Amino acid sequence: MRILNVRVWMLVIGVAIGGFALIGPEAQGQNMIQVKGSDSEVNLVQRLAEVFMQKNPAVKIGVTGGGSGTGIAALINKQTDIANSSREIQPKEEEAAKSAGVQPFRVVIATDAISIITHPSNRVSKLTLEQIGKIFKGEITNWKEVGSKDAKISLYGRQSNSGTFVFLRDSVLKGDYSPNMKAMNGNAQIAEAVKRDAEGIGYVAVGYVVNEKEEVMEGIKIVDVAKEAKSTAYTPAKMENVMSLKYPITRPLNHYTNGKPAGGVLDFLRFEISGEGQKIVRKEGFFPVQKDWMEFNRKQGL
Amino acid sequence: MEEPYEPSVTIEEAPVEKAWLHKRIDTKDKTIAFRKLRARRLNEILIEKFFFINGLLAILILLSIFSLLFVKGFPAIKELGWKSFFGSSVWIPNSYSTPQYGILSLITSTLMVTIGALVIAVPLGVACAAFISQVASPRIREILKPTVEILAGIPSVVVGFLGIILVNPLIAKLFGISNGLNALNGSILLAIMSLPTIISLSEDALRAVPNSYKEASLALGGNDWQTLIRVLIPSALSGIIASIMLGMGRAIGETMTVLMATGNAPALTFNFLNAIQTMTATIAIELGEVPYNTTHYYALFVIGLVLFIMTFVVNLVSDIILQKYQQVER
Repeated sequence: MRILNVRVWMLVIGVAIGGFALIGPEAQGQNMIQVKGSDSEVNLVQRLAEVFMQKNPAVKIGVTGGGSGTGIAALINKQTDIANSSREIQPKEEEAAKSAGVQPFRVVIATDAISIITHPSNRVSKLTLEQIGKIFKGEITNWKEVGSKDAKISLYGRQSNSGTFVFLRDSVLKGDYSPNMKAMNGNAQIAEAVKRDAEGIGYVAVGYVVNEKEEVMEGIKIVDVAKEAKSTAYTPAKMENVMSLKYPITRPLNHYTNGKPAGGVLDFLRFEISGEGQKIVRKEGFFPVQKDWMEFNRKQGL
Repeated sequence: MEEPYEPSVTIEEAPVEKAWLHKRIDTKDKTIAFRKLRARRLNEILIEKFFFINGLLAILILLSIFSLLFVKGFPAIKELGWKSFFGSSVWIPNSYSTPQYGILSLITSTLMVTIGALVIAVPLGVACAAFISQVASPRIREILKPTVEILAGIPSVVVGFLGIILVNPLIAKLFGISNGLNALNGSILLAIMSLPTIISLSEDALRAVPNSYKEASLALGGNDWQTLIRVLIPSALSGIIASIMLGMGRAIGETMTVLMATGNAPALTFNFLNAIQTMTATIAIELGEVPYNTTHYYALFVIGLVLFIMTFVVNLVSDIILQKYQQVER
């Protein structure tokens, strides 16, 4: 009897597994769009996708984070339809994509300003690009060197799969991050950590610390950034500073697809850069696509 | 239809026939019995083979994991040499200028949190085991032991979360530092995670000590404390050590918790109040985005190989100790 029972169970399990295997491919129909990558973009794109799905119930969009590097790697490995990337694709990645038969196609969906954040009790309210670079490279290790009290600087940054990590390294540090920098999992984690750390400094996408009314998140202070020692420092919280590029650490937020998109993916991208989509971008604390980049999108045929 | 074996004559009439008849009936029964037996044997053999294959599979999987790590890690070692891995503590694979692959600081970080965890967990765990096995009333024991075992089921990501929101500010306040994402935080969390293993197995070891030992000690005038410290714990020592080693294996391999709580700064340090990055966290962070078949990719497998060897040695030693302890008990 018992043996019979075992056999029955095996049969049941076997049928179940077989059934799932059969159902599996069906569930991933044509209308399921996978979006993966940048942590800076994940909330924004999630919101855009929600509104888009309300208007087009036939299309399903799944948005996950993991970092720009993860998104681009997934695009190359053909595991995602759209890769979110808060940095440009690197030559190395482009090569890998080509040998995998993937042609990265870029679309710019928003403008971001990387915000340098500290604890509100910190006396420093302005930093130059050079100072920021030196702080994160570990060449300036004490707050008194930039005009605050005598205390060790506690660095918070992102892991190397982050687009923000790479963008800041290549455009501001032009060198390697200090090995003492604590690598956090995402923008929100950096903001939370800096909130609790009186001697902390970190970098996050502007949408995580500023809302559409240009109000800064409670418990956080955003440092004004100047291009050089002599130039004026600007805050990334104000839309005009970012749109006029007066704030020096601005960047486009991108999507990458494999070749020119079609069907549901194309509809979604068009929605994102439409007037309505750009309004949502602003609502999430980010800024609309800059003129030059909008022209780039048009030239791409969107 | 089979040949009928009804007697054509009555038994009384033909005694000679009777013996023959019995023989036939016997054979008939035997064939049925034999068939049944054969079916059962076949089933048994199949089941036995099934389990044998499963056992073999475990060994095969272990060997193939080891060879996979070795094959995948070898190109990096060939390209950079052993020295650049084990002779340096600078780990910057995604460098702006020149990538460096020194894993020394990652190894020391892993060892730091592991040793830190054991320093906290061993006294607590052994004391708790002693309490459950020797002091607690049966009712308390019935509540305590399952509770400890449930502790083992808490997902590591939840423990890591506690590390960020609870242990982090606590350490910062206690030591007057700006944040508590450091090796001490990781040690405390790993201690919590290895406690169930240590308590559960130590308690088993203490209870396996023959009652006569305890009675003899008490009869000689030893009090409960002396009996516990000088008789029971020494007799159960190999079991306790095995439990500690297994807890240690758990601590070395743990990923999510340390990834969340230790800050992940790859600088070489021996200060428990500094942020560290363990080997497991490095692999978890970087494997997701690394382009396949690059030096960085292979280098991560070298870390995996070192990690595998470390946990393998720890588990092997604990197994040897445990076996020795079981032999003594017999």
